[in-house]
Amino acid sequence: MNEYTMPIVFGVVVGTIARMIMLRTDYRQYPTYLHGKIIHVALGFIAASLGAVAVPAIMEMNFTAVTFLTVAATQFREVRNMERNTLSEIDDYELVSRGKAYIEGIAISFESRNYLVILTAFVGTLFYLIWNVYIAFVGAIICLIISKVLQSGSTIKDLVEIEYSPPHFDGAGLYVDNIYIMNIGLPERQEEILKYGMGFVLTPKNINVVNTIAHLGQRQAILHDVSVSLGVFRDSGTPALVPLIKRDLDDGRIGVFILPQIRDREKAINIIGAVPVLETAIRMPSKSNSRNREVN
Amino acid sequence: MVIEKAVLAIITTNRETVSGGAPIFICKDFDELQKTAANLEAIIDGIAHALSDELFIIVKH
Repeated sequence: MNEYTMPIVFGVVVGTIARMIMLRTDYRQYPTYLHGKIIHVALGFIAASLGAVAVPAIMEMNFTAVTFLTVAATQFREVRNMERNTLSEIDDYELVSRGKAYIEGIAISFESRNYLVILTAFVGTLFYLIWNVYIAFVGAIICLIISKVLQSGSTIKDLVEIEYSPPHFDGAGLYVDNIYIMNIGLPERQEEILKYGMGFVLTPKNINVVNTIAHLGQRQAILHDVSVSLGVFRDSGTPALVPLIKRDLDDGRIGVFILPQIRDREKAINIIGAVPVLETAIRMPSKSNSRNREVN
Repeated sequence: MVIEKAVLAIITTNRETVSGGAPIFICKDFDELQKTAANLEAIIDGIAHALSDELFIIVKH
């Protein structure tokens, strides 16, 4: 035991707790119980240790020791690769795949959450050493709140108006509202689709959103989340029964066609609304200077 | 180049409208056409698309 033992233990504990709080099995269905979680709690513990011991290293004027934080960065980039590889491997076996953009989004969040853990552990230990354990508690709790805020990005319902619109056929063409989805030839398939299918129209609220929801990865993420939460009327060998999203080229609305097992409109609208907006899909044309010059 | 979509079979009741590389199934009437298309769809994992009442194609997506 020396003067740094308790502060470091404190930092490691709050850091690990932060990782556990940020680790949720929810609509993303990932990571799953039990081993997936163990991996991430263990990595969270390592991240917390790195954050905690950085403070005494600086205080002892041992500045070179801080360079091991770069090792941490490499390590957590590796976490991102690991997540990306695992999810890409299993994506082929999903009835409705996640899509590469969604996988990338999940992988990025795993990496960034480890950095938030480092920050929490660092602040906890620093406050403990400078002031006392009570202020360290306050600092750690503020960090946890910041982590929680940073963790949750915007969702689809912030971007669009969601309306129910029953799918219908015009000849062999399947439509949701006036948006063409696909061509279904067999009358019996058409009946199945009318019986089990549901359609929704997502109307963008502003110009930035048009491009974001048109992103193919974002669309696939919506389909995946809905299929996970409501089930999907589909099997291998029935390629005609496939949930799809198509776009109205005139005004940027998108038509969502899904085949859920639980056909509850309100639930479906809530679930579509709760789909996270993928970081890779976010576009901000209104912030582009050259575009604004042209407009003015 | 990877070909992502391909016409795997053509099913028709009017043999004069079709020719070409994919296997062609000629049926007597619309009923037989539908049955053949449904079977082929299940067997070769493609989607049966209707081009007209007398012409269906099975496409692999």
